[in-house]
Formats: sequence, C-alpha cells, structure tokens
Amino acid sequence: MPAKEAKHSANLSVEGLQKRFGDVVALDGVSLDIASGELLTILGPSGSGKTTLLKIVAGFEKPDAGVVRIDGTDITALPPARRDIGMVFQNYALFPHLTVRANVAFPLEMRNIGKAEIDRRVGEALQLVELAGYDQRLPRQLSGGQQQRVALARAIVFNPRLLLLDEPFGALDRKLRETMQLEVRRLQRRLGLTTIFITHDQEEALVLSDRVAVMNRGCIQQVATTTEIYERPANDFVADFVGESNIFHGTVTEPGVVSLEGGRRLLVNSSVRTVGQRLGVLIRPERFGRGTNVFAGEVKEAVYLGVSFKLRIACDDGLELIVRQPARGALPAPGTRMNVAVDPGEIHVF
Amino acid sequence: MSSRLGGVLPALPALLLLFFFFLFPVVRMLGYSVEGGSFEWYAKALGQGLYLQVFWNTFEIALIVTAICLLLGYPLGFLLATTTPGWATLGFIFVLLPLWTSVLVRTYAWMVLLGRNGVFNRLLVQGGVISDPLPLLNNFTGVLIGMVHVLLPYMVLPIYGAVRRVDPALISAAQGLGASNARIFRRVYLPLTLPGIFAGAVIVFVLSLGFYITPALLGGGRVMMLAVMIEQEVHQTLNWPFAAALSASLLVVTLAVYAAAQRFMRAGAGS
Amino acid sequence: MSRRVLVVACTAIYTFLMLPLLVVFPISFSSAAYMQFPPPGLSWQWYERYLDDPQWIDATVRSLYVGVATAILAVVLGVPLAFSLVRGRFPGRWLLDRIALAPLIVPTIILSISVYGLFAKLKLIGEWYGLVIAHTVLALPFVVLVMAAGLRDFDRALEQAAEGLGASRLRTLLKITLPLLRPSLVSAGLLAFISSFDELVVALFLAGPNMTLPKKMFDNIMMEIDPTIAAVSVMQILLVSVVLVLIDRFGRGLRGSAR
Repeated sequence: MPAKEAKHSANLSVEGLQKRFGDVVALDGVSLDIASGELLTILGPSGSGKTTLLKIVAGFEKPDAGVVRIDGTDITALPPARRDIGMVFQNYALFPHLTVRANVAFPLEMRNIGKAEIDRRVGEALQLVELAGYDQRLPRQLSGGQQQRVALARAIVFNPRLLLLDEPFGALDRKLRETMQLEVRRLQRRLGLTTIFITHDQEEALVLSDRVAVMNRGCIQQVATTTEIYERPANDFVADFVGESNIFHGTVTEPGVVSLEGGRRLLVNSSVRTVGQRLGVLIRPERFGRGTNVFAGEVKEAVYLGVSFKLRIACDDGLELIVRQPARGALPAPGTRMNVAVDPGEIHVF
Repeated sequence: MSSRLGGVLPALPALLLLFFFFLFPVVRMLGYSVEGGSFEWYAKALGQGLYLQVFWNTFEIALIVTAICLLLGYPLGFLLATTTPGWATLGFIFVLLPLWTSVLVRTYAWMVLLGRNGVFNRLLVQGGVISDPLPLLNNFTGVLIGMVHVLLPYMVLPIYGAVRRVDPALISAAQGLGASNARIFRRVYLPLTLPGIFAGAVIVFVLSLGFYITPALLGGGRVMMLAVMIEQEVHQTLNWPFAAALSASLLVVTLAVYAAAQRFMRAGAGS
Repeated sequence: MSRRVLVVACTAIYTFLMLPLLVVFPISFSSAAYMQFPPPGLSWQWYERYLDDPQWIDATVRSLYVGVATAILAVVLGVPLAFSLVRGRFPGRWLLDRIALAPLIVPTIILSISVYGLFAKLKLIGEWYGLVIAHTVLALPFVVLVMAAGLRDFDRALEQAAEGLGASRLRTLLKITLPLLRPSLVSAGLLAFISSFDELVVALFLAGPNMTLPKKMFDNIMMEIDPTIAAVSVMQILLVSVVLVLIDRFGRGLRGSAR
C-alpha cells in the first residue's frame, strides 16, 4: 500500500547511479542530495542524462547500479505506483477521456479515498492552481497553460513526498512561461514540497531554484546555489552553459596575474597565488566597466536588445570579447574603435 | 520499462487457436498430397496438359485482372488523394461500400446485369444497338468483369496512400520549373508512387489466384480456375490427395509471389 | 484540361463500382414473378417472401449469432495478441507477426478445405461453433491490424502518468489504456462481425445443412435466380452501410490505414 498522506516532504538522495542504453552512457556515477522542502533544478543540454535521472527517481527506469533513497529508505526497486511521487510530464499527459475533475481525482481514487474527501481535496487543488470552476471541462478544451495547471494540481493533490517536473514549460510562449515559473515557485514555497525541476533553459533555472545541479554527458558538473553557479562556475562547461561568457585559459605567472594564451597579461584577484597553475578565466559580459584591465579593439558586431547593447569586440591582441552595456546613446557601429575595461574583482577563475 | 504489457503470454490463446485451427489443419491437408510417399499427384497436377491448362488459365486471368485494375485504379486513387476533403469522403464511400459488401451480393448483381436477359442486354436490344444479346455471362468475360469489380478497391487504397505521401512541395517545385501536367505526372508522381502501385498489384494478383466465388458463379462451369477445381475435387470427386497437390501448388506460388514482392520492395526502398 | 478528363474518367469508374449495388434495388421491388428488367411495377413481394420463409430467417439469424460470436472471440483473442506484437520484446516476435497475418495471405479455399478435413474427423461439420472458430481465424488478422495501428499511436506517457499516480498495471489497463483504445476496439469488432457475416467459402464447407445466410444465397443462385435474393442483397448492402457509419462515428477512421 502506498504511504498514506505523507504530511512532511521527504529528502531525496541518489548515490552512484549508472545507466547505459546499448552503447550510450546516460548516467555515469551520479550522486545528489536534496533537502526536504528544497527546489533543485537539474540543468543541462539534451543528452546530458537529466531526463534519465528523473525517470530513475520516478521509477520508470531501473539503474544499472546505484541507489535511490527517500528519507533514508532504499526505494530503487519499488514500482512507480508505490513511490508516492508527484510528476508533471513534458506534454502534461492529462487523460484525454476524463474531465479535469476526474483527472485530478485519479490519484485519490487509486488510494481508495472516500468520495466526499476526494471532492474536497480536488476542490482545494483546483483552487490552488486557480482553476476552480473548470472541473467539468475536458483537457482538449483547455489552453496550454491551463492544462499545465491541471497537471500540477493532479501531481500534488495526493500530498506526495516529492514533486518532479520534466521540462513542463517548453511548449508555452515566453510570457506564459514566466508566469508559470513564478506560480510553481509560489506553490512550492507554500506547500514546502521537495521539488526537482528539469530544464535546459538556464534562465529558467536561475529564476526558480534554491540550488542548481548542472549536468553534462551523464555527470553532474556542479551543484550549488544560483549565485554560485553564475558567479563562480566550477569549470568550462558550467561557465559556458549558464549565461553568456568570455572564457579564456592561461597560467599564473605571479600572484594576482594570469598570463593568457596569446600573451595577454590579466590582473585578477590577489588570492590567486600558485605560480605555474593552469586556470580557466571567466568574464561575464555585463561586468565590463571601470577597471585596471583595459582592452582596446574594434567593434565587429553590435546588437540592440532594448535593455542593453550586446557588442562583439575584436581586441588588438587577438582576444574576442562579448560585452554588454546598458543601452545609452547610439549603438556603436561596426568598425568603431573602443576601449573596455574590467576590474580584477569581477573576474572569476576556475 | 514498467508499463510493458509485452511478453509472449497475452498472445498465447490466439496462438493456440491459430496453431490448432489453422497451421495444423493446413499442414495436415497438404500432407495428403504425398500419399504413400509418392509425388504422383503432383505429377498429375503439373504434368498432364489438362490440369496444367488450369494453372495457366488462372495465371492468365490473374494477370489480366491485375492489369485492368491498375488501369482503372490509378486514376481513382490519384483523384481521391488530390481532391478536396468533401469530395474525398464521398469518393471513399463509393470505394468502401463495394469493398465491404458481400462478394456474393456483388457477384449476384453482375449475374443480373450480364445475363442474356440481363439489364445490359435488355437495354442494348431494346435500344436497337444490337439484335442478339451479347454473351457476357458464363464465360471468360463475365468472370473478368466480376473479378475486376471485386478487386478494384484493393488496388485503389494502396495507390491512394502512395499518392498522399508525395510531398506537395515537389509538385510546386516542378510547376515552378515549368513542367507541364503530363510531365509532372510522368516524372514525379509515377516514380514516387511506384511502391503503392506495386503493393496494390501484388495484393490483387495474389487474391485473383485464389479466387473462388466469382469464377464459380459467373463462369458457368466454363472458366476453370484453380480454386474452383480444388472445390470440385473435394466436394464432388472426393479426391483429397489431388486437391491437396493442387492446394500445395497454389500455396507455393502465392508465397513465392509475396516473397519476391518483399525482396523487390526492400531493394527499391534502399535506392 | 487533363484534370477534367480525370474527373470524367473517374466518374465512369465510380459508376462501374456502384452499378451492381444500385441495380439490385429496383430488382428487389419488382412486381414481376421472375427476373425481369426493367421491372414492370413495384411490390414488396420479395421482401415478404424472405420474411415468410423460415429457412431464410433461420439462415439470417444463424449468420447474426455466428457473426457476433466471431466478433467477440476475435477481439478477446486478438487484442492481447496485438499488445504482444506491438509492445513485446521476445525472440521470435517476427515469426508470431507472420503467423498472425497468415490467414490473410493463405488463399481461403486452402484454409476452407483444410479445416473441413479436420472438422469432418472431429464431427464439427454443421455445428455453429465450428464455424465460429474458423471465422475467428479469418478475422484475427483484421483485429490485429486495427489494434496494432491504434496501439502504435498510443501515448505511453499516459500509462506512465497513471502508474506514477498510484495505479497498478491492471488498473492502468482498465481505466486508461482500453478506454482510450475504444475506437480501435469498436472498429476491430465491427470488421470482424462483417467479415464473418459475409463469409461464404468456409461456410460452404463447414455449415452443412445448417446454413448461414451467404450459403443459402449461394445455393439459391445456383438453383434459380429468384428476386428474393435481390431483396436479401439490398438488406445486406444496408447492413454494411450501417456498419460503415458506425465505424466512422464510433470507431477509428479507416482512412488512416490504406490497406
């Protein structure tokens, strides 16, 4: 029998998950801990293994090796029907032949809950996602955003210990997506429900999450808060995948100085001391401003983005920079010569 | 995968039915053909001029029927696939209704139409076009007409499917490049719908080989096709071994045609 | 220009296709005592002949219950078979696939005499359930083809969602999968019914003195061309029309599979 009415949200831990499909390695030793009540986003490109990870947690795939634990209990071999996990699928997977009410009531019926209780809980759930009054509609009569909310209601109505969302907003337009992101956040906070969110959209990850786990090629590249991920990425991949970046590589020649391939001397944070160490260097495009590192070059491309200018500058010493500036004045034309500067404190090394 | 309703278990009841009431009886019956270990019945079936003639007749009729069905079926399939949805629905009704109407009903109707005192002859004689009624029934012609009628829908449907699958962008491109309708048909539609044509032709041909009802009723005993002969050998002559030998020959030819067709299709698909 | 030629040609071909179906209508209402065209007047006599003749009614009723029994048996056996073929992963699946569709490929005359030979030994000639078994063999490929098409288009995510929400495999099947496959089930059942109702060749061998409707019609045609047959034909055409409408309304459209 599935656990009844788990009133508190669980913590989840996966250890050493391995999974291959034929020749393809989907997961290569993935371990992760998610605290109770946390919203963790798993961010990665397609093929990174994030969907496989979700399916293993939900129980639709069995790992070749490794363990999944909820509140310390090993559930790796438990069938999905007994895991008490709420899931929102990419294309919502609403039952087309059932009304909104019947869809949301489904998990409660599966748990043999009495009719009166079902009616009450379904009403509450629909209230929570602001779809009260839509209960007699069929899924095909609803818009994408409404279907999304029904899927959400159905996933939480039975008080699951864990909520999984598999790229749920892909099919929605931008404005709707932003609204739904905030709604999910609000709902999650209100219910205190441990949630795992899968996406390839790094902006979405930054908006929603407490922490982000960046995945690539079956491995977790970094798990950290959104700030950490953005400001202090751990490696090339994370730096490049999250946000725009200028990434270079070089060697420490003296404390506080990195010599880039190509000869450029870059003044960085003085805590960088180990001479001879090879490093990656990250400069976010919006961090250019005043500073002791000055680059002289020519504008190759200029794009007007309403809020800002995005410039591609070819520097005289061969470096190429992507620079974002607040949109003031006229957009610099290609060919214009420009100087940009960045403070050593704004440069991140990894 | 958790929701796998696979495995061979659900198939078992059906498999048992097919084994005991299909595979087993057929193999058992075919076994009669080698009575006492000798192949004399095959010798009789394939060696003697009389029976060999029946084989050729059957083949010949099947080929002619297939050719006519192709000629009539392609335009129909083409039209259905390229017309508006409203007309297409109507067109489909006129194809599906005959298809699902009992072969018996259709064959009977042809008897009514083609007889000496049948509809056609009556109209032609009364209209003064001819003085003597045409022999359209109880002969080769009648069987041909009847079989074409029954099998035409089987040609139309695969061709319809094939024409539908032709990318309309190709047609627009060809028109833009200045090709006439005839050219477009010859150079674009024909080659691309070849698989559908082929599939339809194979189906019609193989069905013709094994046809019973139409030749039996419209042939008046004069058009001896394989299936009719097999029935006679079982019901009248009670010569099971011979019927079995005939059946085996028919089956071998049928399977050979299908196998050749599959090989051809696969080769075609590769190019 | 060539388009118009096409339409004209096709109209002629359509006339050819529909002509036999149309011609039986006036014949069936003929007031003449024998086959005559054009009919001198209109009368219900042949329909009355049909309704008054216990043999005709008997044959019709038998065809009806044989058809219904065939439809039920073919669906009960064929649906699990289709599931196995589409979703199963076991060695020899390709062989099972061939066997399931084999009754379509093997000429019916061969199947007929084979089953006849076996049933004669088993004393099943003339028994209605013997006929049901043989008809089910013939109907299985239709059921499999229709159900397989429906299964292939089925969104497995719905079943996963149901399981994730706490449904056992059985409950998922009963509450989600089968209800959503209902159009395919309806089509499969109706096709199985019609294929049995119209079937002649097997019935010729197996029905014995207890005739099905097609067998009685066949015997009648061989012995005399009595316009009663026209009346029966008209009713059969109407029945097929009704079934096609039912398939269109409640079943899965036939147009998807061009076979």
